[in-house]
Amino acid sequence: MADSAPAAAADDDPVAPAIELSAAAFDALLAAAESLGPDERLRLEGVTVGLDAAGTDDAENADSANAGTANTADTANTADTANTANTADADGRFMVEIGDERRTGLDDRDLHEVAADHAAAVTDWYVFEHVVGEFGPRRAFLRWLEDADGETVARRYAALADGVAREWGQLRVTVRLTDRGERRYEVRHVDDADVPRTDLTAYDDPLDAREIVRSDERGRYRPLKTAPTLRRGWVFADLGPTDAYETVETVYPATVANWYREREGDLDVNHWRETMERQSGIYGVVKTWDRGESYHHVNWVAEACCDDSQCLKRREWEYDDETDLDVDGGDGAFPCREPCSLVVSAARKWTRLESEQSRTYEFELTPSEKAQVEAVIDAVADGRTDEIREADTKDDANRYRTRFLRAKRFDDDGTLGGVPTDPDGGE
Amino acid sequence: MQSLVIVAHGSHLNPDSSAPTYAHADTIRASGAFDEVRTGFWKEEPHFREVLRTVEGDEIYVVPLFVSEGYFTERVIPRELRLAGWDVDEWDSDGLSADQATLVAADIDREVHYCGPVGTHRAMTDVIVRRAESVTDDADVGEGFGLAVVGHGTERNENSAKAIAYHADRIRERDRFDEVTALYMDEDPEVDDLPEFFASDDVVLVPLFIADGYHTQEDIPEDVGLCADYTEGYDVPEPVDGARVWYAGAVGTEPLMADVILERAGDAGADLRGALADVRETTRVATGD
Ligand code: SF4
Repeated sequence: MADSAPAAAADDDPVAPAIELSAAAFDALLAAAESLGPDERLRLEGVTVGLDAAGTDDAENADSANAGTANTADTANTADTANTANTADADGRFMVEIGDERRTGLDDRDLHEVAADHAAAVTDWYVFEHVVGEFGPRRAFLRWLEDADGETVARRYAALADGVAREWGQLRVTVRLTDRGERRYEVRHVDDADVPRTDLTAYDDPLDAREIVRSDERGRYRPLKTAPTLRRGWVFADLGPTDAYETVETVYPATVANWYREREGDLDVNHWRETMERQSGIYGVVKTWDRGESYHHVNWVAEACCDDSQCLKRREWEYDDETDLDVDGGDGAFPCREPCSLVVSAARKWTRLESEQSRTYEFELTPSEKAQVEAVIDAVADGRTDEIREADTKDDANRYRTRFLRAKRFDDDGTLGGVPTDPDGGE
Repeated sequence: MQSLVIVAHGSHLNPDSSAPTYAHADTIRASGAFDEVRTGFWKEEPHFREVLRTVEGDEIYVVPLFVSEGYFTERVIPRELRLAGWDVDEWDSDGLSADQATLVAADIDREVHYCGPVGTHRAMTDVIVRRAESVTDDADVGEGFGLAVVGHGTERNENSAKAIAYHADRIRERDRFDEVTALYMDEDPEVDDLPEFFASDDVVLVPLFIADGYHTQEDIPEDVGLCADYTEGYDVPEPVDGARVWYAGAVGTEPLMADVILERAGDAGADLRGALADVRETTRVATGD
């Protein structure tokens, strides 16, 4: 078991599963070791691999060439070269360092033996270097899923054997370890966490997620992919690393890329002002909504559109780089770096509407009716109308109650209180 | 690593708008011509602003799924992709001949081959013809048939009318259909007067649009008289003033469109790995065998 983490506290160490070294992982290790320069080392957790510069030369030589590079963070440093007598084969090209022990003159077979003893570390290295690959966002995301930059291989493997789950918006991504150290991923709706797999519709092509994200539970088109309206009832049960990333990318496009930039400290946030300034064509009008003196209208936009109840991105854009909005940006895992196209479109409408001046209208309403008007607005704004039961006339936004109010307070032209909307314009 | 990025309009309201973009991207993925195929949108996600940062490759070809050169291809897309130093003169186009410009996208600090729109490519002519074959379910359609290519006129964009006339001319030169006419939605010759322009009993009507939506599903069918109200629907073919009108819907939904996307990228230097022949074959109308 956890023979690759000798320095870790043995007591509370979780039990890491036995890992079988795959041929692919070993071949990759061999190729990587062969391509090392004379002073280069391939450092895996618990074992360091290098070329035995001396080859058939005596061990002394090899030792002096390697001096100072054998710092695998282990503390005890006794008997530095005591075990070099382990030299397995005079023709061996490789050397390894395991804790304080250095072995030289290892041939391929010897290296395989060492790698098999450290299969967890080797397979972990192999997965991220060769299966996941270099692409920054994908690599960082898949490492984040299993906390690969924070935990030892032994601890991670122990946890991964049972499955490690993380949430990303409304996705729940679970990573599991195979007995060959490979990763398999499952992606489903967070609210389906406890639903048996067999009760969910199974998919395996990440692009099939396009169908899932297209419409909500009630079949309505979802124009904003990060709206918290992802429907349930499906599962991508058994994905490799690349497909797991692609599935997340399909459900929440570019969220990983932006999260990655944020982690790297270079998220390019474009605030409201500059985004509106950039607009042209039919959207060019939105820049006229900003008149310099106030940004309250943008608070209202953020409250209307960007609240966590409407969008799972964490709004990082503000009014401009000197003026923060008063509205909280939310708690989303991934950032929003500029007002999206939906917000720009809505802003175009509001630019028109907000150019109107307020007027004073006089209506007669009972106190309950005023409260009812407020409740109806709330119900629509919170998307709650569907939940209000048909006969629940206690609810102020109930349909019968609302129809009664209309019957009583609207005139034949559908005008509230018979007060014309535009008394000068005349209808 | 060679990447293709297809950029299209998309919609906040119409779920079908992105369907052709996805379908063509899938066809090209299956062809193996690119290591990676991504899609980006003006109204959907990933947005033009953010699509490039999802791209892994270092040889990047961006193909706009738009029918003509104009506001989107010349202003919006280059601006939103942050193509540094973009100037429409890079294309040196007469409104039909934009091919490609190689520029650094500031967003990713990598070079991007920004291609002309699919709609003005000569291969688009074949897609219009293929569309006529699909809608009539006849791989040899032509004799006894008229063909109308329909789109916006100059009012919206001067180049849009040019593209329509260009393809209509090229199809006419092939002598395959008895009559070929370019018709417009907002100027003469107007699509409303369709029967006046054709003597043939059968007329195929192909709108030069990328996706089905308001124009192709509501506007044109009502204008042509396929139905009084689009919600009533219509048959294909539908009799209009004694002619049988085969209404094809947006040409952009025709599977062969994937070929034009490939051609655009190929013209810009992409190694298509033999995909062109494949795509032409797999998207063929399955008749006559
Ligand atoms: S602008 Fe607001 S609504 Fe749009 S994506 Fe960002 S946080 Fe979400």
